[in-house]
Amino acid sequence: MKEFSYTITDSVGIHARPAGVLVKLIKPFASKCTITKGDKTEELGKLMKVMGMGIKCGDTVVIKVEGSDEAAAAETIENFFKENL
Amino acid sequence: MITATGKSILKGIAIGKIRFLAKKQVEIKENAADAAAELKRFEDAKALAIEQLQGLYDKAVVEAGEEHAAIFDIHMMMLDDDDYNESISDLINSEGKTAEYAVKTTGENFAEMFATMDDEYMKARAADVRDISGRVVNILTGADTGPADSDEPFIIVAEDLAPSETVQLDKSKLLGFVTRLGSTNSHTAILARNMNIPALIGTEISEEWDGKMAIIDGYNSCIYIEPEEELLKTLDEKRVHDLEQRAMLQQLKGQPNVTLDGTEINVYANIGNVSDVGMVLENDAGGIGLFRSEFIYLNSKTFPTEDEQFGIYKKVAEAMAGKKVIIRTLDIGADKQADYFNLPKEENPALGYRAIRICLMQRDIFKTQIRAILRAAAFGKVSIMFPMIISVSEVKDAKAILEECRQELIAEGKEIGDVEIGIMIETPAAVMLADELAEEVEFFSIGTNDLTQYTLAIDRQNPKLDPFYDSHHPAVLRLIEKTVQAGHRHNCWVGICGELGADTTLTETFLRMGMDELSVNPGSVLGLRKVIRELDLGTAKEPEPPVPAKATEEEPPAPAEATEEPAAVPEGTPEPEPEKPIKKSRFSLFGKNKNK
Repeated sequence: MKEFSYTITDSVGIHARPAGVLVKLIKPFASKCTITKGDKTEELGKLMKVMGMGIKCGDTVVIKVEGSDEAAAAETIENFFKENL
Repeated sequence: MITATGKSILKGIAIGKIRFLAKKQVEIKENAADAAAELKRFEDAKALAIEQLQGLYDKAVVEAGEEHAAIFDIHMMMLDDDDYNESISDLINSEGKTAEYAVKTTGENFAEMFATMDDEYMKARAADVRDISGRVVNILTGADTGPADSDEPFIIVAEDLAPSETVQLDKSKLLGFVTRLGSTNSHTAILARNMNIPALIGTEISEEWDGKMAIIDGYNSCIYIEPEEELLKTLDEKRVHDLEQRAMLQQLKGQPNVTLDGTEINVYANIGNVSDVGMVLENDAGGIGLFRSEFIYLNSKTFPTEDEQFGIYKKVAEAMAGKKVIIRTLDIGADKQADYFNLPKEENPALGYRAIRICLMQRDIFKTQIRAILRAAAFGKVSIMFPMIISVSEVKDAKAILEECRQELIAEGKEIGDVEIGIMIETPAAVMLADELAEEVEFFSIGTNDLTQYTLAIDRQNPKLDPFYDSHHPAVLRLIEKTVQAGHRHNCWVGICGELGADTTLTETFLRMGMDELSVNPGSVLGLRKVIRELDLGTAKEPEPPVPAKATEEEPPAPAEATEEPAAVPEGTPEPEPEKPIKKSRFSLFGKNKNK
């Protein structure tokens, strides 16, 4: 399993657009990807659930990726967070 | 004539006939016999909805740009969301509901989830879920969506406008809109701002208005239905005036802030958030004169890390592409509180533990911010500004900490950039010591709000004190003038970043004082530029009292301050400035570097 944590610096947080891009981004991967904020964990592939977490600027989230292509998936997700969030 | 009031999104006037967008009420059958058939109906309707959304997306890309069209991309993804679909098929399969009932109920449940979030942006997303669900329901029930075309321009009145409805409107005919629902973050509001048309939300509307003549008065947040002749005439003149005014201000983009006689001044903008940068660029400000960094702290639940802050400062520095960005270090305390600072309650918060005082006592907090700023400086033209200064030693201490951070970062091999160092002049003490302070820094920025409050001993929050308050109080204006003179004596440029900077009745006074920069709200930049460009100081060298002369006769000259600077000139008789050449050179020419 791959895991990393990230603190959001985008002023609007994980709003609709980045959440949508994330969903698309992980689609090709077989691994299971989850996002955790505090005691809430949701699958990254679920747009409305991820939006519903209300992740804001300054929040720290933990991303967990588990599966056959976890290394590549985790790297893709992490790069996206660093560049856009 | 009927008058209704609402919340105005954009100051402006729109005059035209109303088109009322009625939502068609369609009976929705609840129960179905054949679950498999209902599922198929849903899948077909969903596929058609996605096809329609793709069409809207393509249309919006052309009309409003990719950024704006993205919402329809999100809509398509929402329609494809696992949980959303699961909920619909559950209602059909296990509860024997019709496809339209299942979609409507699911849409309402999800919308409710967004509507109850404590985040204005997410709250506004409830409308998106309702929009997509409504689209599918309409397909299922055969109700059509969207208004019919019209030949003459119109004002739209509706309960609420869904994004898909706004994109279907013929923008060339749209004069303005009035809705009962909607928030300032809603698509309706965003569209109004983007299109620059007046809009009211939260208005009690009536279907009977349909087809009637109306005026939206965005200045007074109201709509007049069947207005009287007189009012129509007055507001039409105002509308024409607005259009001319706007066109004129737009023409000022790219023009220098220079008076008729050639005196130049920099006009910068104040921001409190990364998202304000767009407004700064749109209004053609020459730089950011005040970046209130405290928003980063106020929006956070714990101390923001160096990397978080670095990311934010870097974004702003890069967006400004080489234009100056003046970051004011943490100004928390007084009326700006963040729980995790655990600041004790104070009797006199305005005179208490705040701003630089916190930074110098809790150096770890200060160092985190300074390190972030130094690193961001590698990506643009960054200046750092310390608030609430009352003594030279504070500036020396702050600079020593900055130097310490610089050395650490170099040792760590981190990329850093040069920063210009300045201070806020917002206490009478700082003005009295301006000569000594100017020796330490490269610029002064006068915070007129606090300077006025501390000079007049008047709390601006207390309406009882209004009769005593004079924003043009001669004492404050003289302190400002003293600051400019002291700054220029020591090669220090001087600007204003408080509210007075945007007060155009003082623009001439400030120019005559030799002010180098005025930093105002982004929306005030072009208006201020216009005022500057119409001024003729012609007599710039003639001694003319820059502060109301009357007051100077009533008061005895202030006692000479106890500094080694004997230049305490009798008030109100400004000496011919020997430092004029400095003023002319403006700060791009100040090649000094006191901080290294």
